[in-house]
Amino acid sequence: MPQEESIWTLLEQVSDPEIPVISLLDLGVVRQVKVDAQGWLVVITPTYSACPALSQMADDIVSTLQRAGWGPGRVQTQLAPAWSTDWISPRGRDRLREYGIAPPAPIHSQASDGARVLHFLPRKPLAESVPCPRCGSEQTTQTSRFGSTACKALYRCLSCREPFDYFKPY
Amino acid sequence: MSAVATDSVALAPTDYLLHLADNALVLGQRNAQWCGHGPILEEELALANMSLDLVGQARLLYDLVARRAADGSTEDTYAYWRDASQFRNYTLLELPHRSPLVGYAQGDMDFAITVMRNTLYTALMVPLWQQLCDCSDPDLAAIAAKSLKEAQYHLRHACDWLVKLGDGTDSSRQRMQGALEHLWPYTAEFWVSGKLEALARSAGLLVDGAALESSWNAIIDAVLEQATLTRPPAPEGYVSEGKVGVHSEHLSFLLAEMQSLARAHPGAQW
Repeated sequence: MPQEESIWTLLEQVSDPEIPVISLLDLGVVRQVKVDAQGWLVVITPTYSACPALSQMADDIVSTLQRAGWGPGRVQTQLAPAWSTDWISPRGRDRLREYGIAPPAPIHSQASDGARVLHFLPRKPLAESVPCPRCGSEQTTQTSRFGSTACKALYRCLSCREPFDYFKPY
Repeated sequence: MSAVATDSVALAPTDYLLHLADNALVLGQRNAQWCGHGPILEEELALANMSLDLVGQARLLYDLVARRAADGSTEDTYAYWRDASQFRNYTLLELPHRSPLVGYAQGDMDFAITVMRNTLYTALMVPLWQQLCDCSDPDLAAIAAKSLKEAQYHLRHACDWLVKLGDGTDSSRQRMQGALEHLWPYTAEFWVSGKLEALARSAGLLVDGAALESSWNAIIDAVLEQATLTRPPAPEGYVSEGKVGVHSEHLSFLLAEMQSLARAHPGAQW
């Protein structure tokens, strides 16, 4: 439907509040767009349960659509199915890398944390190897599993010696 | 906000949802006490991140309760405007980070208590969230699916430390064993089937208690063995009753601090 398409197009302008180079569409958080008798409806999925950016995203969607002349509408959050980093588009991954954040490895390539809780390995790395977003080297190592936001870990490159953020597979 | 499930499914009782939410909020608040006092910088970040996850889970659950109540209440009503006797969290989670091995004069927090408590709780929550992913309440099932991912990650982190410190030096093992023995009696509350469980069952929310207990025991036995710690004997005597609102003296202090700002400015909005 042309109305819904124009909303999808507008949503490309709404970027992640924390990572300005990636749009909500690239992140895969926009699930549905609908226009009905009550106005427009955009359904989004939260990334982490406690991601503080979610309410900012909702506000940004409202203000973007209002600025473009759309009348009354609403943003709804939908929890299921749960968001995964696998939903980040290839373009989103490129943008993350250009910005200096290593994009998340695909989930299916990880040993499932849940299935093997009885088998403990000290300091299991988050991924087989995380290439450096600056120089591309695979000689990188994890500094801290926790970084500046809930979604990121801190790594450093042993080749170019620069630190970088890694978007954790989730 | 989100659509609310209709009456054609079995909805989780409010008290049960509050029990899950209060567990997350109280533990999140407790662990956040390490902010500024963490043993190392990475653990500062870890505890703060995991507390944030827990607070997020609490928010989703409180928000669900508020929407179903449809009486103008919000997540804030449940977090800030209830008193200790209305909270439904396990007593285990409100205890300070202090063990008998750390002198009261110091008032210091014992990291062994933090690690042991996180292990005991997350070892319960992983199998519980797994069960609730398939429960008859679709909103709770959706929250469970998100919370499960986070709980698995919290469990792994707690167990990493448990093994490192348990199978560590004589001093770290002694403190870890002390923490285990101090907290162990509070786990008896997990298995008592009382009012809360009867309410859940009568609402059609079937949680297999025996399967839960057996999963928990399997995880705990495995991690204690790797940590070279000794599982204490089954607790006897008083069983804590936090989940029905009878709390230790510690909860009201925790809540007083947490709720003070909201209560100083009732109705304030950011």
